[in-house]
Amino acid sequence: MSSQEYAFVVLALVGTVSAVRVVTARNVVRAALYLVATLASVGAVYLLLGSEFVGWVQILIYVGAIVILFLFGLMLTKAPIGREALDNRSRAIGALVGLAILAGLVFLIQNAFAWNDPKVELAQATSGAIGEAIFRHYVLPFEAVSFVLLAALIGAVVLSRKDERP
Amino acid sequence: MVVAFVLTQEEVAEAAGSAGLTRYAWVIALLPLVSAALTLFFGKRTPGRGWIYGVLTVGTGFVLSLGVLWHFVTGGGAHASAVDWFQIGSLEMMLGQYVDGLTAVMLVVVTAVSLCVHVYSIGYMHGDSRFTWFYVALSLFTAAMLNVVIADNLFQLVVGWEVMGFCSYILIGHWWEEHVNSSSAIKAFITTRIGDVPFLFGVFVLIAATGFTTSNIQEIGHLVGGEEMARGTVSIAALLLFGGAIGKSAQFPLHVWLPDAMAGPTPVSALIHAATMVAAGVYMVGRTYEVFVNADPWVLQFVGVIGVITAVGAGLLGLVQDDIKRVLAYSTVSQLGYMITLMAAGPAGRNAAFFHLFTHAFFKALLFLGSGSVIHACHTNNMSEMGGLRKPMPVTFWTFLIGSLALAGIPPLAGFFSKDELLVALEHDHQIVLFGLLLFTAAVTAFYTARMVLQTFFGTYRGHGHPHESPVSMTGPLVFLAAATVAVGFLGFAETGAPFFDWVFLEEPEAITFVPWVAALSVAAAGLGLLGGWAVYRTWRAEDPLVALGSAYTLLARKYYLDDIYWKGIIRPIRDEVAAFANWTNQVVIDGVVNGAATVTRYLSGGIKAFDEEVIDGAVNGLGQTAGFTGGLLRYLQSGNVQRYAAFLFAGVVILAVIFTRI
Amino acid sequence: MIRLPLVLFFSAALFSIGVYGVLARRNAVLVLMSIELMLNAVNVNLIGFSQLWRDLTGQVFALFVIAIAAAEVGIGLAIVILIYRNRETINLDEVSLLKW
Repeated sequence: MSSQEYAFVVLALVGTVSAVRVVTARNVVRAALYLVATLASVGAVYLLLGSEFVGWVQILIYVGAIVILFLFGLMLTKAPIGREALDNRSRAIGALVGLAILAGLVFLIQNAFAWNDPKVELAQATSGAIGEAIFRHYVLPFEAVSFVLLAALIGAVVLSRKDERP
Repeated sequence: MVVAFVLTQEEVAEAAGSAGLTRYAWVIALLPLVSAALTLFFGKRTPGRGWIYGVLTVGTGFVLSLGVLWHFVTGGGAHASAVDWFQIGSLEMMLGQYVDGLTAVMLVVVTAVSLCVHVYSIGYMHGDSRFTWFYVALSLFTAAMLNVVIADNLFQLVVGWEVMGFCSYILIGHWWEEHVNSSSAIKAFITTRIGDVPFLFGVFVLIAATGFTTSNIQEIGHLVGGEEMARGTVSIAALLLFGGAIGKSAQFPLHVWLPDAMAGPTPVSALIHAATMVAAGVYMVGRTYEVFVNADPWVLQFVGVIGVITAVGAGLLGLVQDDIKRVLAYSTVSQLGYMITLMAAGPAGRNAAFFHLFTHAFFKALLFLGSGSVIHACHTNNMSEMGGLRKPMPVTFWTFLIGSLALAGIPPLAGFFSKDELLVALEHDHQIVLFGLLLFTAAVTAFYTARMVLQTFFGTYRGHGHPHESPVSMTGPLVFLAAATVAVGFLGFAETGAPFFDWVFLEEPEAITFVPWVAALSVAAAGLGLLGGWAVYRTWRAEDPLVALGSAYTLLARKYYLDDIYWKGIIRPIRDEVAAFANWTNQVVIDGVVNGAATVTRYLSGGIKAFDEEVIDGAVNGLGQTAGFTGGLLRYLQSGNVQRYAAFLFAGVVILAVIFTRI
Repeated sequence: MIRLPLVLFFSAALFSIGVYGVLARRNAVLVLMSIELMLNAVNVNLIGFSQLWRDLTGQVFALFVIAIAAAEVGIGLAIVILIYRNRETINLDEVSLLKW
């Protein structure tokens, strides 16, 4: 096991535990904060794997913007803060389905890949190369995504307007 | 001229190669049928209201009939041809013609008289509201009679026979608004029907006796002659056939319809009841004569008895009638009695009967048409309202006189020769009693003929109208028939070769001899009758002198009480009692069964209805309820809870993944 | 050198936890958070394979996923706020009108 691997395992464990806490926390704000931890660890994993651009984008967007959005949402909807049952009655089915999916995926993975063979080499993925890839080969999807963001922006504004009936 | 027609049989048979016009004799029978249809469909629109079709076709038929007769005059032989009609079991029904001398003679008679009647009716029925329909019936009747005449098998003959009966019903009841006329038509139809039933059975017996192989008259004649049929069967068949002749030819006891049938228009009486239809009975007996000859002797004796009773009885009845047509009607019945009597005298008598039929047709039709002319002028049938008509109606008078003299049997008119032949035949057969009775009847005939002529044409006019001569359309046929009456007598005269008997014979033509003392006797009888009539009726007396005969007169006036016997003994019981019983049976028994069946069905259907409602509807409703119940269970899936939907979604994905990776 | 199966196991774990969260949480916002977990799991997968095959496509795609996720969160929260305005609650158990 190399040192990267060790680092990776540690980060993975942190992320997983945080994720579990996200879905089991009784306090919605704590759930949001645990989400921060999870997202940050995922960003760190990206950096470890050598995708620096994506990693920093992850930190920026997810941790920086999306979590803030969630916190605003929780605040505006007066999410109950405090010890209260936040899980619904179909928890058992949810757990069952989740475990089924996990089992399935694990089975697939270990069926497809040998344990020792494919090793992810660390490689530098420079921002320049990514930029080149985006604006040369994937410029149309990029434009499409920008449209989506525009639509989402306008939509969010329209949806959140107060009714102006007298 | 007549002598030139006489040739020996052998010479002529070689000369006559082809069948000549006889092959097309059936056309003569078909033409009036065509004109009946044409008149029916187009008559009302044709100018003159449709008499033209009938006159043209029957006229053409008359000419053709003369042509057919010419074939036999020149010594030709008989001709038979037929087409298949249909088949019942082993019996083949044919539609065919058998044309021999007898057929040719009958064709000429029927078409000649029919033509005269068609022309006569133009004037007589002028202005009648059912003029067109009258001509349709006339043509149809002519077609049916011609069919009877040329028929080669019994079945076809029966068809024509029945159609004639129907047409006579239509024609007698032409003026059916009067109850008397419609009643007379019904009486005629039913009475002839009563005779037709044994006739049909006679036909059946004959067909059965041939083993159901044929109804052809000639073949049956061979079979009866060849003694393949039991004599008893033949006798029964002959007797039954004669029943039809009794009905159709108005013999005792079924003669009652003919006098009442005078209710129809006079042309109808002339055609149907003088010359043709009533002659059909005589013709039928003559055609199937082999059957009569080969039967037991008592059959022919029975025939003779019936004939002579009819002849004498009807002759006497003619003495007491006031209606001129009734005189002629009873005269017809009497003359038919003559012919039937002759049939009983063997083949010679048969031939003589046919000769009398031939001549009688002409002068009786003449007499009827003449009486029609008189009736048309005086608007009454009763002789007591006529008188002195010889001055205003000369043509009618002279033709009527010729006809009357022929009827009485005065030479050289036709009636003399035929009556003479009758008596000769009877004398040959040594039938003394019949001879004597018929001689007496000849005297009676002359007597009432004289009465008729004197009361109608002599003396002073006792009526209220202004009689004048009839139009040419009516007097033309009278003249034609008078000429025929004068001429045709010589066809049967021995001294002129009697060609008539070369045409009409049973097995072989016979040699006719002239027996002077018989002729002298018949002339004497006729003269006696005429003289007696002249003496009694020379001057008109309001009350008929014969009333002096007292109860005999009453017996005759009431027609021997026969009509009363029939009414009280037969008709009223059937109408009142038998019919009532039949009605009761129908209402109570038969309707009861039917209603009972209906009630049972109703109960059964109630049970089926219950089954349908309970079981079948229950099954159908049950299906519906099950569907509803299942739906009620399944609706709980629609919880509205999004997360539950998501759970199902993910579970489904997992299952699909498992399936696809396994497979 | 990181063994690929480890990366993939991490991704699988994150994903299934996210599924549990979607199905089990009552609060709509928390459901959205769980959806974010699932998206991140996908991204990890993409990045891992991208580095394995030295293909930048995976990373570009991961960027797009992040952008889309951001848009989706924006709209989603707008809708949640509208629901809160109308119903005074964002408890998903109580927002269930489309039922029998």
